[in-house]
Amino acid sequence: MSGAESEREEPDVEGVFGAGIKRDEDLPLLLGEGTYTDDISLPGMTYLAIKRSDHAHARIVDIDTSEAESKADVVAVYTGDDVEASGVPNTIPTAWDLPGLVQPQYRMLAIDKVRHEGDGVAAVVAETPQAAHEARKRIHVEYEELEAVTDPVTAVERDIPQIHEESDDNIAFDFELGDADAVNESFSAADRTASVTLRQPRLIPNAIEPRAAVADWNDSTQKLRLWMTSQNPHLHRMLLSAGTLGIPENNIRVIAPEVGGGFGSKIYHYPDEAITAWCSMQLGRPVKWRASRSEGYLTDCHGRDHVTDAEIAIDNDGTIQGVRVETHAGLGAHLSQFGTATPSYLYATVLSGQYTIPAIHCRVIGAFTTTTPVDAYRGAGRAEGIYVIERLMDVAARELGMDPTEIRRKNLIPADEFPYESAAALVYDSGEYERAMETALEHVDYETLREQQQTLREEGRYLGIGVANFIESAGLSPSGLAGQLGAQAGGWESSIVRFDSTGSVTVLAGTADQGQGHRTTYAQIAAEELGISVDDVEVVEGDTDRIPQGMGTYGSRSASVGGGSIARGARDVREKARRIAAHQLEASVDDIEFEDGEFYVAGASDRSLHIQAIAHEAYLGHDLPEEMDPGLEATNFYDPENFTYPFGTHVAVVEIDPETGAITIERYVAVDDCGEIINPTIVEGQVHGGIAQGIGAALYEGAAYDEDGHLQTRRMDEYAVPHATYLPDFETDSTVTPSPHNPIGVKGVGESATIAAAPAVVAAVTDALEPFDVDHLDMPVTPETVWRAMEEE
Amino acid sequence: MAENDISLIVNGTEHELTVEPRTLLVTALREELGYTGANVGCDTARCGACTVRLDGDAIKSCLRFAVQVDGAEVETVEGLGEHGDLTPLQECFQEHHSLQCGFCTPGMLMTADTFLQDAEAPSREEIREAIEGNLCRCTGYHNIVDAIEDTANRLGER
Repeated sequence: MSGAESEREEPDVEGVFGAGIKRDEDLPLLLGEGTYTDDISLPGMTYLAIKRSDHAHARIVDIDTSEAESKADVVAVYTGDDVEASGVPNTIPTAWDLPGLVQPQYRMLAIDKVRHEGDGVAAVVAETPQAAHEARKRIHVEYEELEAVTDPVTAVERDIPQIHEESDDNIAFDFELGDADAVNESFSAADRTASVTLRQPRLIPNAIEPRAAVADWNDSTQKLRLWMTSQNPHLHRMLLSAGTLGIPENNIRVIAPEVGGGFGSKIYHYPDEAITAWCSMQLGRPVKWRASRSEGYLTDCHGRDHVTDAEIAIDNDGTIQGVRVETHAGLGAHLSQFGTATPSYLYATVLSGQYTIPAIHCRVIGAFTTTTPVDAYRGAGRAEGIYVIERLMDVAARELGMDPTEIRRKNLIPADEFPYESAAALVYDSGEYERAMETALEHVDYETLREQQQTLREEGRYLGIGVANFIESAGLSPSGLAGQLGAQAGGWESSIVRFDSTGSVTVLAGTADQGQGHRTTYAQIAAEELGISVDDVEVVEGDTDRIPQGMGTYGSRSASVGGGSIARGARDVREKARRIAAHQLEASVDDIEFEDGEFYVAGASDRSLHIQAIAHEAYLGHDLPEEMDPGLEATNFYDPENFTYPFGTHVAVVEIDPETGAITIERYVAVDDCGEIINPTIVEGQVHGGIAQGIGAALYEGAAYDEDGHLQTRRMDEYAVPHATYLPDFETDSTVTPSPHNPIGVKGVGESATIAAAPAVVAAVTDALEPFDVDHLDMPVTPETVWRAMEEE
Repeated sequence: MAENDISLIVNGTEHELTVEPRTLLVTALREELGYTGANVGCDTARCGACTVRLDGDAIKSCLRFAVQVDGAEVETVEGLGEHGDLTPLQECFQEHHSLQCGFCTPGMLMTADTFLQDAEAPSREEIREAIEGNLCRCTGYHNIVDAIEDTANRLGER
């Protein structure tokens, strides 16, 4: 993935860019005035409840809706046949093709079979939510039960039940990346090898706001308004138009109001929001649907679900020669939007991590299982890949009797090797890996800690130190390359930067916030570029009728791709203003300087015009340069020339109770490098949240199915979302290595800490258990897991 | 289904309303009375997004039926502060960046505000225990603990 010419301008970090200013978005949220989708009520609104399969895998023999239809306040009951008969395209499309990909049709409601517990089979619309929920219980479905298969390895074995007609082996794709021959040679030539077999369990995103939608179809205008919990309203508009409902895109308005967290789960085009819209189209009345938490557990896309065999070839001095990885990735019952991209390109391409590895080969078998679809969850693909390489580094260190930091230091890509082309097909933009790692190690006083560990061991106490180095590939791009790899959408972002005639600025951004603080950080970018106060900038997101185009917020793309677009748009605005200033000051454009919002003639600073005064002139239109149109705004489409690569080092220090296996996190230090920092407070907040989700994965979280394919962790009291008492205080620091591939030098930070935290914590636990000869434990590493591992020694 | 006439005093305003016996307090607040500050995040009383104060105690409003609290005084996040006159806790939440998506915030504020009425100079551990019933998926809690600690300090200095 190619490098690029630097288009970066050095930002003035003394200004608003780089300041930890308070968030503009907080006030309504603190007062209970934020409007989330479930807060919206429309006149004549009806309520939708979805009847879902109780079985993991079953043929639908009959659906009897008559009793439900006869209940009071029930407006309509629909089945999959009704949807199909309406003639709409009725496809929930996948957005990433791979060579040989098997793509069974994924419908709004199941017709022939149900393929996971929670698959929708019927929709009830009623005058009240209670009536809809009551009537749902009166829909009687007769099933012929079929065998379930929940494990991605078992799913592709012989004599296992076939989930889709289109795939007789339950394999959706068989993906390869890297050079198998070179890896084989490296394994023959290297002094030693080490290996690890690991599972990365399913994670359930658990945004605290459940998914919800309010649809309002107008029969006379043939227009649909759809409020929904969306990370990417424009993508939802496109997929609803082309894939599912067959309405022209310009007749659909998707609005994402306040969105209560996403972490990936609100990227996807699900059947539920689509059927809400379809019901409104049938009835000509507004329809609201809100998932219960339990419904969310069955239907929000899960993350991860990998089973991996990984091997590393190393020389006796610790030099890495090659890495070989084979993964079975569970995809669930249906191909979700990025369900194919996540375990293939987003995963295999980061397997080089921060290290110089001459040869890498990765094979991924994507398996259908009779479970909830799997898609990108915070850290998507990158988290899985970095976990694999960091675990390999630790087992290799153990094999060689080296300190885990020493083998890492030895193989780090040197700072002067960037741009660096890895054997896993990426070109890293910039990095100073050793600086971040040494900073993190200084924070914990690593050498002293190792001595302390030894002393404590002699007292029968088990301290563990885990170090994880990570990279993240953020801001999936460029569009042309993404297209070659199978993406069905672009990787650009779009924005409008618009002065009004009184000097305030509106930024219309195609990304969509779910708590990241875009209104504040984007205002900082625009204010910096235009030399105005951040209070003069209003940022608008999340409404396809107000913002013409966009791609949304996921994959740590907002600051780098969205912010990059805003910076470029603001520069275009500034350059138009400069031409107006030159004209009105009767000077040549080349002689006009710009500082703190003021244009002045070089060498004559008394001849000046402020950009906000020029905005007024631009809309008066009385005295503009010849052939210049009035107005002062710019539309920008920014298609980055490469990903950006945030990186850093996280260190976890734990103590294990040898009696119970209980794990206490004594310290957690995160050193992140996300390039230029727009707002350090917001960056730190992103790191905190990311660490919490990474620690959650390492120690607490994990979806479990029984052998019949029933989800066992289907409520918040069965799935351990970390509570405040589960987590320690976090210590954070940063280094700054600007990205040369981004107009403002930023890299992105949203997912970094989740990627780093899981390997750091697992490494710390296994380090503590070194005296018990334990070199790997699968997540979630519970006290029972630890206790059993110690007992088995 | 039978319906009951009840009254609720919400943030000092008395409301008369008619509810079914199964109507939850949170539903009555949100759907009957329009107090949408309290949010619904789960169906097992685990997340705490719907936390309100009932006769002075922080409770999860999904755990009470509206008919059970007939005549009670309820305080929701809408009653805490207002624009230009935030409570110290709300100010500290903003200063310490203790909210991201904001969905858990109303419940978190009600729990913390109630906790701080009795707690003097609480330790960070005590603060973590106090908010254990309120889940946040965005912040990792660190900044929430900071805000509550800072509020306690400010209140203690008065």
